[in-house]
Amino acid sequence: METYYDPSDLGKFEEIGQEAPELAKKFFEYYGAVFSEGALSEREKALIALAVAHTIQCPYCIDAYTRASLEKGSNLEEMTEAVHVANAIRGGAALAHGVQMRKIARKLSM
Amino acid sequence: MAGENLLPRQNRAAAACSVCEPFFETLSDHGLELKRSETRALQINVGFLCNQSCRHCHLDAGPDRRETMDRETVRQVISYARRCRFPVVDITGGAPEMNENLERLIGEIAPLAERVILRSNLTAMMQRGPRDLIRLAAAHGVVIVASLPSINATQTDAQRGPGVWEICIDALRMLNDFGYGREGSGMELDLVSNPAGAYLPVTQAQAERRFKLELQRKYGIVFNRLYTFANVPLGRFRDWLESTGNLAEYMARLSTSFNPCTVDSLMCRTLVSVSWDGYLFDCDFNLADGLHFGGSKRHVSEMAGPPEKGTPVITGDHCYACTAGPGFT
Repeated sequence: METYYDPSDLGKFEEIGQEAPELAKKFFEYYGAVFSEGALSEREKALIALAVAHTIQCPYCIDAYTRASLEKGSNLEEMTEAVHVANAIRGGAALAHGVQMRKIARKLSM
Repeated sequence: MAGENLLPRQNRAAAACSVCEPFFETLSDHGLELKRSETRALQINVGFLCNQSCRHCHLDAGPDRRETMDRETVRQVISYARRCRFPVVDITGGAPEMNENLERLIGEIAPLAERVILRSNLTAMMQRGPRDLIRLAAAHGVVIVASLPSINATQTDAQRGPGVWEICIDALRMLNDFGYGREGSGMELDLVSNPAGAYLPVTQAQAERRFKLELQRKYGIVFNRLYTFANVPLGRFRDWLESTGNLAEYMARLSTSFNPCTVDSLMCRTLVSVSWDGYLFDCDFNLADGLHFGGSKRHVSEMAGPPEKGTPVITGDHCYACTAGPGFT
């Protein structure tokens, strides 16, 4: 069955540079710099990326940063906690917008 | 022989090559040759008998294996070490602790080398009663290189078997109590970490920092160096890759991570490996795959000297594991 997402497409990511090579070059250089060791370790950055990948629900990113997190030395327990952090922020953001709901409801209600 | 399965060798190679070109072609594409340099290390594989059946084992070692180096072969290996005076001797298995000739081997070979390494999975050391062995190793200045895939119990047990983590922690503490791994003791304790799955290892320096920090903080354990190595797609690990549908992707991962800079310092250029029955190989992985040194069976007792410089190293597609990223040197 054909699907919109094909795992092998991830390997074709760099082809995005074929039509706009200068922009792609800048992006991939920036991307590489972001994930290299800095004040945060490569392992910590991969865990952040994993959490963000779940937030934006990008299958390519989840695939890539699950592998990257393992290869940077994280374990499933840590990776699961990272996903819970993403979940808490997403869920918390939804719940916090309940304040808006309550404010509007109060204004409309007698 | 370990590493063999039901497919003939040519078919196994073809299966691996469906996703990567043969290793020798990759070398050729980069204008590289893999030839032996001066042999500085004698690796002695004392047999495939092991108390564990680790999922990543390239040798398919385990409790049911009966191949173990006998007294006569031990004598022949010691005699070879005496003839060649290799600066480094590296004792591995299986679990070397399960070979009844280990004490004799250490005692007689240690005076012949500058550095003697004993590889241990730690649990076999604990099973046999560790104190006498640790004392013997310490007395001969033997470096202990212990397997610890992760600082996480779940990952460790997943690779090496239930309950292994706790025994490893106890063993490392005991080694520390004897002075192994402690600064200034002169008793070197190194760790080896292989990934607990079909992915590449952590960069060595980063992993070492984290292992040191966490093992010290949580368990009060200290050690000297950590080595991280990729799992080699042979033996039980290859079977696991095949049965879980990971083989093609893992081979692709290894081959696309080929780093030509690793080739010059690959261990197979400076090491010769002796199997439990006394035959020579360029490395323990070729031993697992039955790829004899020089392309034919040569027994340690027939060798007048070390392998000749310039002899081509026999390669297979498992060699990609040693050249991926920072490599296995």
